[in-house]
Amino acid sequence: MFYREAGDFKTSYREDSQTFPIKFDRLRYYAVLAVAFGVIPLFINDYWANAVFVPFLIYSIAAIGLNILVGFAGQVSLGTGGFMAVGAYAVYKLMTAFPEVSVFFHVLIAGGITAGVGVLFGLPSLRIKGFYLAVATLAAQFFLVWLFNKVPWFYNYSASGQINAPDRTIFGVFVTGAQTSATAKYMFCLVMLTIVAVIARNLTRGTVGRKWMAIRDMDIAAEIIGVNPLTTKITAFAVSSFFIGIAGALFFAVYLGAAEVGEAFGIQKSFLILFMVIIGGLGSIFGSFAGAAFLVLLPVLLKNVLVGTLGWPTDLAAHIELMIVGGLIVVFLIAEPHGLAQLWRLAKEKLRLWPFPH
Amino acid sequence: MPDQLLFAMEVTLNGLMAGVMYALVALGFVLIYKASGIFNYAQGVLALFAALTLVGIQQGQVPFAHLINAMTGMHVSHFGWTVPSVLAIILTAGVMVGLAVIIEKLVLKHLVNQAPIILFMATIGLAYFLEGFGDVMWGADIKKLDVGLPQGISETVESVTDSIFGYGFFIDNLDIVATVVAVLLVTALTLFSQYSKQGRALRAVADDHQAALSVGISLRFIWILVWSIAGFVALVAGIMWGSKSGVQFSLSLIALKALPVLMLGGFTSIPGAIVGGLIIGVGEKLFEFAIGPMIGGATENWFAYVLALIFLVFRPQGLFGEKIIERV
Repeated sequence: MFYREAGDFKTSYREDSQTFPIKFDRLRYYAVLAVAFGVIPLFINDYWANAVFVPFLIYSIAAIGLNILVGFAGQVSLGTGGFMAVGAYAVYKLMTAFPEVSVFFHVLIAGGITAGVGVLFGLPSLRIKGFYLAVATLAAQFFLVWLFNKVPWFYNYSASGQINAPDRTIFGVFVTGAQTSATAKYMFCLVMLTIVAVIARNLTRGTVGRKWMAIRDMDIAAEIIGVNPLTTKITAFAVSSFFIGIAGALFFAVYLGAAEVGEAFGIQKSFLILFMVIIGGLGSIFGSFAGAAFLVLLPVLLKNVLVGTLGWPTDLAAHIELMIVGGLIVVFLIAEPHGLAQLWRLAKEKLRLWPFPH
Repeated sequence: MPDQLLFAMEVTLNGLMAGVMYALVALGFVLIYKASGIFNYAQGVLALFAALTLVGIQQGQVPFAHLINAMTGMHVSHFGWTVPSVLAIILTAGVMVGLAVIIEKLVLKHLVNQAPIILFMATIGLAYFLEGFGDVMWGADIKKLDVGLPQGISETVESVTDSIFGYGFFIDNLDIVATVVAVLLVTALTLFSQYSKQGRALRAVADDHQAALSVGISLRFIWILVWSIAGFVALVAGIMWGSKSGVQFSLSLIALKALPVLMLGGFTSIPGAIVGGLIIGVGEKLFEFAIGPMIGGATENWFAYVLALIFLVFRPQGLFGEKIIERV
């Protein structure tokens, strides 16, 4: 009834090939955009921005990036933290070297640099497959973190070894540094996320995305029907790393403000984002959002309940939180291995007939 | 002999010993991967959990003391007794078997036939859970593990090498014990899998799940068995690493040290785990010794991975892994 393909007539090719061909999807998309751009900025405060919205937006970008690699192209990567670090250090170097250029472009260029690094570490994927590749990408993770720790040029020879985001503005509004308002942080990340999501959505439903999926489903068969594995895998790594680099740049410049590489971009980050992708649903853009929302909200919620309501000591609460997160992940994988996106798909199936099932 | 060469020899020896320690962890991975196709990320946390349990039992700690205190306002910490090391080790081994049964019943049973990546993520979830659980159960403070293993520098090695080369090698006693234990463990595992009925069933399952099922081998029993063995291997690794550097969170990170060993040796090969461990151990120590000072040191974190990565480009299935045959 509410969600249906029937009766939604297309009279031009343009209409037929639009991003959301089904009316309900389209309306939902506009509604989400309207709320995200129009309503939330009016009510957002520092707590909500820092605890929920900004991390959610940034992790969504990273999850979309990783989902392209793992969910669409089938190349499991555990190097996400390292690639985010590349984005963060690239944007830091750019911000300090070219202060007159807008930070918006710095973030995009940082993504581009990360894409280059991603391609470099993606090259072995032509020979190495499956878990061997997953472990091989850990090489990127550890090597990059070590590199940013050991080479002082990357952190401008600062004594602490940390990188600090300088104050930068877009259209006269601070978006990085200490004076940034919650709304500015939120809007900057939201704009980036919207750009990334639209690009990702359109890439994955076009030729490139189909090639990725062919490689994922069976690379040899794909090769036989004329998909070039070199360019396909490399583009997957490039696009994925581009998004992850943007996420890393925002994570450092907007969200953290100051970062130490091992702490902010360690192996835990790689696992966290992989969890988002898996829990959200492999091969689904919506799933990336859902997974990021789930894993950002869960710890906040647990912390509020355990420390805030029950009044337990923080260290104990942290351990219990770890248990619950781990347990929930296992429960989730058992209950719905295809992730939250699959639940959404099932809901849409139901909505098709509901409330008149005959 | 020139000093540099002697140093290099000492570094190599130490690397070999370190490699044995890596191989101990890698062994647990290989066992589970062979028998169930699960890449068990939780192996490192299993080692941590085993070591924590061992210390806890040995010192008579009250499990969940912190939680009980927080919930009831009591102040309990220890029962007030200590358990002899041997008994504690046996009890811990029992706990690990129990854990294997629980894992099989609650997690693995429900995930049969899922994609490998899902199983892998499930073990990461398991690792998180166990990490939190171990800390809640036994407390998160750094503990000292002492089961009576010799500590310190081996004087015999030092005096023998001193009389031969005129320069005494520093080798840790504990490393020598670890080497002996690892050799014993591998021999026992090999004998078990070659000559016992269960061992044969294990190899059958590793070869082909469905064929094994069709001749009447219980897959679930084999999984419990193999996770128990992996738990036992984790206990041994936990004892060795725990005696060396204390029982704390970082113990679970040894899993990350074992991964390049696995890549190098092949996920399915027990000898591969040993040889891979030795290559990685020697490689990273020598690299740190020769090149490390020039580029800032602390190369041990990544060198093993890069070595394994370069190696895999030439031999994608690892040193002893089964040849990957792909068909359309």
